[in-house]
Amino acid sequence: MNSPLRTRRAEWLVTAPSFLWLALFFAVPAVIVLAFTFHGHDISGGVGEWSLSTWRELVDPDYPTIIWNTIRISVEVTIWSIVLAVPCAYAIARMNKRWRAIVAGSIMLPFWTSFVVRVFAWKTMLHPDGWLQACYNFLSISGEHSTILDSETAVVLVSVYSFLPFAIMPIYTAAEKFDFSLLEAARDLGAKNFYAFRKIFLPGIRQGLVSAVLMVFIPAIGSYVIPQMLGGTNCVLIGNKIFMRAIQNRNIPHASALATVMAVSVLIPIGLSMWWKKRQDMRDRQRLEAQTARLFTAGEGAAK
Amino acid sequence: MSNEFLVFDHVTKRFGALTAVNDVSFSVNKGEFFSLLGPSGCGKTTLLRMLGGFEKPDSGRIFLEGKDITGLAPNERRVHTVFQNYALFPTMTIWDNIAFSLRLAKLPKKEIEEKVDAILEMIQMSEHAWKYPNQLSGGQKQRVAIARALVDRPKVLLLDEPLAALDLKLRQHMLLELDTIHDQVGITFMYVTHDQGEAMSLSDRIAVINRGTIEQLDGPAKIYEAPASRFVASFIGDTNFFSGEIVATEGDYCTIRPEGFPDIRAYNDKQLKVGQKVDLSVRPEKIRVTLAPPPPEKGASINVYPSTVQDIVYQGVYTKYWIKSSDFRIAALKPHSRFLLDQEPITWNDKVFVWWHPDDGYMVEAKQ
Repeated sequence: MNSPLRTRRAEWLVTAPSFLWLALFFAVPAVIVLAFTFHGHDISGGVGEWSLSTWRELVDPDYPTIIWNTIRISVEVTIWSIVLAVPCAYAIARMNKRWRAIVAGSIMLPFWTSFVVRVFAWKTMLHPDGWLQACYNFLSISGEHSTILDSETAVVLVSVYSFLPFAIMPIYTAAEKFDFSLLEAARDLGAKNFYAFRKIFLPGIRQGLVSAVLMVFIPAIGSYVIPQMLGGTNCVLIGNKIFMRAIQNRNIPHASALATVMAVSVLIPIGLSMWWKKRQDMRDRQRLEAQTARLFTAGEGAAK
Repeated sequence: MSNEFLVFDHVTKRFGALTAVNDVSFSVNKGEFFSLLGPSGCGKTTLLRMLGGFEKPDSGRIFLEGKDITGLAPNERRVHTVFQNYALFPTMTIWDNIAFSLRLAKLPKKEIEEKVDAILEMIQMSEHAWKYPNQLSGGQKQRVAIARALVDRPKVLLLDEPLAALDLKLRQHMLLELDTIHDQVGITFMYVTHDQGEAMSLSDRIAVINRGTIEQLDGPAKIYEAPASRFVASFIGDTNFFSGEIVATEGDYCTIRPEGFPDIRAYNDKQLKVGQKVDLSVRPEKIRVTLAPPPPEKGASINVYPSTVQDIVYQGVYTKYWIKSSDFRIAALKPHSRFLLDQEPITWNDKVFVWWHPDDGYMVEAKQ
C-alpha cells in the first residue's frame, strides 16, 4: 500500500494548483491592497512614498454611516434572498424531474443577459411615471407618494432580484438531497407542518443555507453597480465611495484603505460569531458527556 | 362496530385508473399483532398509509376506538409509523430522535428524560444515546426507529416492511426482538410485509391481500392449512395444485378428476356437489415418499400413486423431492427424524410411491 510519505506528496500535488490559484488571485492582491494603504498618493494617480498619510486622511465623517449602511443593507438583502429562496428551492426539489429542469433553467436564464443591462431595465421599470411606481402609490397606506427610484428600497429590491439565483441554487442543491420522508416521519410523530419544516428541513439543508448566505452577502457588501444606478444620492454604499476615490479622485491608497476598513468591519463580527459557535459546541459536548454519565449511573442503579 | 378497537369500513383508494384498495373492511383488536401480507403493489402499504394519515381514502371510513379518524392529519392521530428506511432525523442524536414526540407533547423535562432513558434501556442502546444515526448499524437504526415510535405510547404502531433492509441473520434476530417488544408494551402492532415467514411467526392474525382486496383474514395456522383461495394457498408457502372437477361424493369425502392425473380422494368439508370445479392444494410436507407401498393399516381410502423421482434437494433438516407422477411434477418434503445414514436412501430415477391421506389436502372452489 501507499506509504504515508507518498500519500502526503500525492496530496500536495493534487492541492497545489488550487493553492497557487488562491495565492495568486487572492492572497497576493490582498497584501498589495494592504500595502497601498501605507503609501501616500501623487497627483498623477500613482502610489507615492511609504507613509501613514492615507490613514490620517481617512477621517471623512460620512464613512462610519456609509459602512454601517452597507452592512445593514447587505444583511437586509441576504435575509430577503434567503427567505424567498428557501420556499422556491423547497418547491423545485419537490417537483418531478422534468419540471425541475425547466424551473431551474428559467432561474438561470437571466444570466444570459448582461448584468448592467438588467439593472438598467429596472431603472426604466422604476421610473416615477412607470407602472411599478403607480402600483406602489396605489398600495401606499400612508398616502405619501415617495419615489422608489433613487432610494434604498430600489437598491434592496434590485439587489434581491440580482442575488436571488445565487441563494436558490445552493439551497436547491441541498434540498434535492434532502430525504423528504423525514418530514413525513416528523408529522407522524405529532409535528405540525411548519414545526417539521423548521426542526427537520432547515437543519437538513444547513450546508446549503450557509453557502447561500455567503453567496449573497459577499457580493452585496461589494455591490456598486446597483447603488450607482438606482440609489442616486440617497443610497451611497462603500462600493461607490471606493469607486469614487479610485477612479474620480485617482487616489488608489485611499480606496485601498476604505476596502481594508470594510473587510475588517465584516470580518470582526464573523470571527466573533465563529468563536462563540465554537464555545457553544464545546459546552454542548460537555453537556452530552455529563448526560451520558448520568445515563450510565442510572443503568447501574437499575442493575442493582 | 364502534366498540371495536380499530375498524376499516368499506375503504377504497384509487390512484388514477388504478384501484389500490377496493372496498376493504376489517377490524383489529386492541393489543393485537396484526399483519397485512401480500405481494408488492397489492395495496397493503396504501392501507397502512391511510391509517397513518398520509393518504385519504376516496370512500369509506377508518375508526380508532370508536372515533372517526379518516380526515385527521398524521399529527392529529395517536398512530406512529416505523418506516422502511427508518427515517431517523440525521441532524439529531439518538436521544433527541427518541425525545422528538415527547418534546412536541410538551412534557416536563424530567419526564422526558425518564421515558427516553427507559426505552433506550429496553432496546439496549443506552451507550449509543449521543451518537448520530449515521454512526449506527442497520439493526441499531431499526431499534431506534421502533423506540422513537413507541416512546409516547401510541394507540397503534405501524410497521412498514421494517426488516426488509436488514440481512437474513439480523432479520431473524430482529424478528424475535419485535415479538418481545410487542409483548412488553402491549400496544397494537400493524405490520406490513410481503414475507410470509415474518407474518406467520409474529402475527396473531394475518390479512392476506391481493389486488386491493382481502383474500383471507385468519390466524397463521388457519391461513396455511385452510387457505380461502388458490391465491392464498400459493402465496403462503409451497403447495401442489390439482385442478379438476368433482365426479363423485361419498359422505364427507369426494373424488376429484384432474386433467392428466388419476382420481384423487379429498375431504369435502364444504359439501360441494358433483360437477363443481375445484383446486386441491396438497402441501409438500403432507406428501409421503416411500420405496415400498404404504402399509395396509393406513386404509384403502388413501391416495397412492406410483411415480419416479426426478430431482432431490438435500437440506439437512429435510429433503425436497421433485417427483414425476402422470403429467404432474409433485413437490414433497421428507423430514429426517431418524439418523439418515442408517437408512436406505431414495435416489434419482427410483420408482417410488407418493401418498397422502384425503384429510391432508385442502380444496378451494375454482374461480369460474
